[in-house]
Amino acid sequence: MKRRIHIADKTQKVISIENLEKSFGTLHVLRGVDLEVFKGENVVVLGRSGTGKSVLIKIMVGLLKPDKGMVSVLGQQVDALNNNQLRQLRLKIGFSFQNSALYDSMTVRENLAFPLVRNFKQLTRKEISTATEKVLDDVGLLHTIDQMPAELSGGQRKRVGIARTLILQPEIMLYDEPTAGLDPITSLDINSLINEVQEQYHTSSIIITHDLTCARQTGDRIAMLLDGKFLTQGTFEEVFDADDERIQSFYNYNFITADETS
Amino acid sequence: MAFNLKNKNLQKVRRHLISPRLDEFFSGVYRLYKFILEFFKQLFRPPFEMQEVARQCYEVGYRSLPLISLTGFIIGIVFTKQSRPSLQEFGASSWLPSLISIAVIRALAPLVTALIAAGKVGSNIGAELGSMKVTEQIDAMEVSATNPYKFLVVTRVLATTLMLPVLMMYTALVAMMGSYLNVHANELTSLRSFLDSGFSTISFLDIFSSIFKTMIFGFTIGIAGCYQGFNATQGTQGVGRAANAAVVASMFMIFVEEMIIVQIVNAIR
Ligand SMILES: Nc1ncnc2c1ncn2[C@@H]1O[C@H](COP(=O)(O)OP(=O)(O)OP(=O)(O)O)[C@@H](O)[C@H]1O
Ligand SMILES: [Mg+2]
Repeated sequence: MKRRIHIADKTQKVISIENLEKSFGTLHVLRGVDLEVFKGENVVVLGRSGTGKSVLIKIMVGLLKPDKGMVSVLGQQVDALNNNQLRQLRLKIGFSFQNSALYDSMTVRENLAFPLVRNFKQLTRKEISTATEKVLDDVGLLHTIDQMPAELSGGQRKRVGIARTLILQPEIMLYDEPTAGLDPITSLDINSLINEVQEQYHTSSIIITHDLTCARQTGDRIAMLLDGKFLTQGTFEEVFDADDERIQSFYNYNFITADETS
Repeated sequence: MAFNLKNKNLQKVRRHLISPRLDEFFSGVYRLYKFILEFFKQLFRPPFEMQEVARQCYEVGYRSLPLISLTGFIIGIVFTKQSRPSLQEFGASSWLPSLISIAVIRALAPLVTALIAAGKVGSNIGAELGSMKVTEQIDAMEVSATNPYKFLVVTRVLATTLMLPVLMMYTALVAMMGSYLNVHANELTSLRSFLDSGFSTISFLDIFSSIFKTMIFGFTIGIAGCYQGFNATQGTQGVGRAANAAVVASMFMIFVEEMIIVQIVNAIR
């Protein structure tokens, strides 16, 4: 698949984070994170396990509270919002969970309709059904509509998870490791899905991943989280041309060559 | 050295209000209080998830019915058999039906129903919500701008609160049936006179207090299960722990509440 190139609107910031800090007990996870995401842009966040990537995006939707620093999403300071304002903001953010987090006790259809039914009471049954089928078709899984999540494969669950966020037509998409645990071919499918979503729904996205193929194919900009901060940001080549050994080892692991393994 | 030790202790004192364990306990109580308060805040606020409440009511009934039927029936028989000798000593075996009906309606049926529901329903709620919590399904509801408390907690607590009195009356009925079979076999009492003498001693207060009591028990079971589930941590292990803690906590609370309510009702009577 070719690499996607599109133009981000550098005049409009959708996410702006300054000097964000977060600890759990004595564990100092985020230590001064700065990040800006512009409208229409895909930012990839790379980083080792446990560096706080999931924590970072959970703070953006108000699931976790920051200890220090400023987090502004779509012009609103997330930790200063009341319940109703937070609800309004969350409607505009799609959050795709690391483990999909589909509702086990509901069918795929009910999973998708769940946020729609509760947030838009004026919709008729038919409209909800149409919307559900459309997003499911967009992720290529219309045939699973009456299945239970337990009957789906990992890749299908990821897709349904993405569809469930798309149904609210978000302005921002947050993907937490969309390709983790998937085979390379399915991963490529997910990568193109992320790009298609971006084109169709005109979203800005943050994509958290360990997978450099995913990073290269979907990211306009790469940000590398090291020791609780973003050390370098830039295009894929800019980031991985750096001399920093920790960045290089990240790269080498992903593209390990045949003679190195033998 | 000694100075150092003292200093360390001082620091400890500063970090905790009373002692680490007591602090933990009181902040737990406070969180539980907020959790319960939230129920009453959300209860009357639309949207009302009536369909989900109905489904949960069905679940509560469906889960406990078989075990309750069996236990109720056996208790009726056994209690009748055990009480007969002492009554016969006074030549008062005709009092059996009224003794049994008082015991069943005032104490046995509410308690047995609540304990069985705590075991079957409470553990199920704890485990289900616990696994939803650790697999981030509850977070997922929250970020999709829906209220997980409303959909998950209010519906379940409402279901246990409404269903327990129903189940209690059913238990009482089955226990009385068991008792009647035994009485009929031994004293040849007819169903009519069994019921007549059985219900003659039962007052409105008895029935009302049992219904009220089981509503409290049901509320306790629902809240304990949901609270433990919502606070589950650390993966699948936490799910088991939440289920277990839900049962232990609600059984303990049921006995405490039983004691308190009995005192109050006796004071009224
Ligand atoms: N709610 C929480 N309570 C306590 N500690 C937490 C909590 N959430 C995350 N942590 C801790 O914060 C650290 C960062 O967690 P996070 O899930 O953000 O890592 P990650 O970068 O997403 O890793 P991975 O790539 O494995 O998903 C971990 O050490 C984790 O134990
Ligand atoms: Mg993560």
